[in-house]
Amino acid sequence: MQASTTNDWVVAGENLTKIYPMGKWQVHALNGVSLRIAAGEVVAIMGPSGSGKSTLMNILGCLDRPSSGSYFLDGELVSSLRDDALARIRGRKVGFVFQSFNLLPRISALENVELPMRYVGNGGRARRQRAQAALEAVGLGDRLHHKPTELSGGQQQRVAIARALVNDPAIILADEPTGALDTRSGREILDLLLQLNRERGTTIILVTHDPTVAGRAQRIITMCDGKVEGAVA
Amino acid sequence: MNLAQALIEALRSLTVNKLRSALTILGIVIGVAAVIAMISLGRGLQASVSEQLSGVGSTTLVVFSAPDPGIRFPKPLTMGDVRALSDPLQAPDVLAVAAQTIGSATFSFGSKTQTQNFYGVTANYFSINNLKLAEGEALKEEHILGQSAVVVLGPRLAKSLFGRQTGLVGEMVHIEGQPFRVIGVLKPAGNSISFTDTDNAALLPISLVHARSVRSPRDTVDFVTVQVRSAGRVKQATEQVRQVLRVRHQTPVGMNDVNVFVPQDMLNAINQIMVALTVFLGGIAAISLLVGGIGIMNIMLVSVTERTREIGLRKALGARRGDILLQFLAEAATLSLMGGVLGIVLGWLIGVVFGYFAKASGTTLVPQIGLDAVLIATLFSSAIGLFFGFYPANRAARLQPVEALRYE
Repeated sequence: MQASTTNDWVVAGENLTKIYPMGKWQVHALNGVSLRIAAGEVVAIMGPSGSGKSTLMNILGCLDRPSSGSYFLDGELVSSLRDDALARIRGRKVGFVFQSFNLLPRISALENVELPMRYVGNGGRARRQRAQAALEAVGLGDRLHHKPTELSGGQQQRVAIARALVNDPAIILADEPTGALDTRSGREILDLLLQLNRERGTTIILVTHDPTVAGRAQRIITMCDGKVEGAVA
Repeated sequence: MNLAQALIEALRSLTVNKLRSALTILGIVIGVAAVIAMISLGRGLQASVSEQLSGVGSTTLVVFSAPDPGIRFPKPLTMGDVRALSDPLQAPDVLAVAAQTIGSATFSFGSKTQTQNFYGVTANYFSINNLKLAEGEALKEEHILGQSAVVVLGPRLAKSLFGRQTGLVGEMVHIEGQPFRVIGVLKPAGNSISFTDTDNAALLPISLVHARSVRSPRDTVDFVTVQVRSAGRVKQATEQVRQVLRVRHQTPVGMNDVNVFVPQDMLNAINQIMVALTVFLGGIAAISLLVGGIGIMNIMLVSVTERTREIGLRKALGARRGDILLQFLAEAATLSLMGGVLGIVLGWLIGVVFGYFAKASGTTLVPQIGLDAVLIATLFSSAIGLFFGFYPANRAARLQPVEALRYE
């Protein structure tokens, strides 16, 4: 059973820990976290600040490595990969949506969406078409050549979602995706994410401390003091 | 990400901070321009010196009397010595020998009277010294044998005596009261290091000068120009000339009473000095290029810090170390390459302006920019960009994505 579990889950973390040295002390940001997320799930990770949810998100997004434990993403053991291999995994399997959008301000929406394909090596004309399709999927087909500064916050976050989608990732990690938006745009963004989940079956992990956001997820994982509270499904 | 993409992106991000990029480029421009200007002027100087000295062939020796201090009764060079040196049995590497005496006399034409230099020369003096005629003809063997009262004028002497340089053939000029017929006028030969300035002298048959000479012996020769069989035989010919004259003049062993001057040696020495000068000036100029490179490094470090979040984002989107390294190296290289190209143009302009001023003050100095100098400057400035860009780019490439994304 143990062996097959890692293959059936998109995300499978076993006993993950993260220890930061802080001078003489060691801070245990993650203290033995195990979690599994199935393909097509929408999961919210909640918890107060300092609970370790950012650390967990960094590890799940392959931005960082756990100090110990093993992490399988889409069936691949990634917890011990080197920097460049990890970068490759991020490019192919993870789509990020940040609270502050993190678009490059000087290039158009289309070019922002093309960016991840460039690093993964999807070339040429297909790249432009895919970027365009992704922007159309998030409802920005008429804003291809606008620069981020010419778009509203909600529109910018849509560009960011298109960028996260474009490489067909195994998971989309959304870190407080509505945090910088007004209520209405925030709701629209959540609607969009859930719609993408329904239509494409993309696994979505929402990291948030907002209960109304978490309430839209199928399942909530609550973090406290570097541990997962309650049961792991 | 490929190189072309990286360069396009580099150009775009450099246009964001136009003033900053322009100032950074300026540092490189000044450096490259200084190097190019110095090298081109140095080369121009070298070329102009070589050209001025080119009247002297690489196979020419000049022999003149210069007795060592220990020689008690030095013998002057004579026509006998000239004949001996012309003998292939005695000096096999000598091709031809021209003799020349030097004197000054009163020249008069019409009401004008001037004291001018004259050279008594043999007929082959013209060909050995590479003298060309603007009009008329050179002295010939028959003039020498016949001690003819004919003269070939140097262009500057002609100008000062007649007020013109053309249409002089057939004119009569009085030298020390004796009438001489002008048979030719020389083309300007420029400066030379053969001790004689044919531009400002009159050439007479040496036989005539000797016939009227009061020197002892009468057929004393001041300079003997020796043409060597080939450039590779100059050393041997020099030794043969010395040996022939040592025997004829009965010079004590280990002493010389003549100096055999090799113009080519001097030319080489001057060229060496010029090359050293060019390298020296270019080296000093290269220091400013170095300063320009430090400017690039400085600005790239600022840029990396400013764009930490962007780097974090790119890494989150899958950029590997190499991608980030390439991105920032491309920016540094673009800065320095643009600086290099502009610097070459500016350096060339500086050279031209300098050359123009030099011309205005009477020196011919044509700055010379070879393809090699341009290539070296381009390569060197790109290398500077890459060298000084590497540290900042590597710093960017090594940023951890988590920390870079958190950076405010």
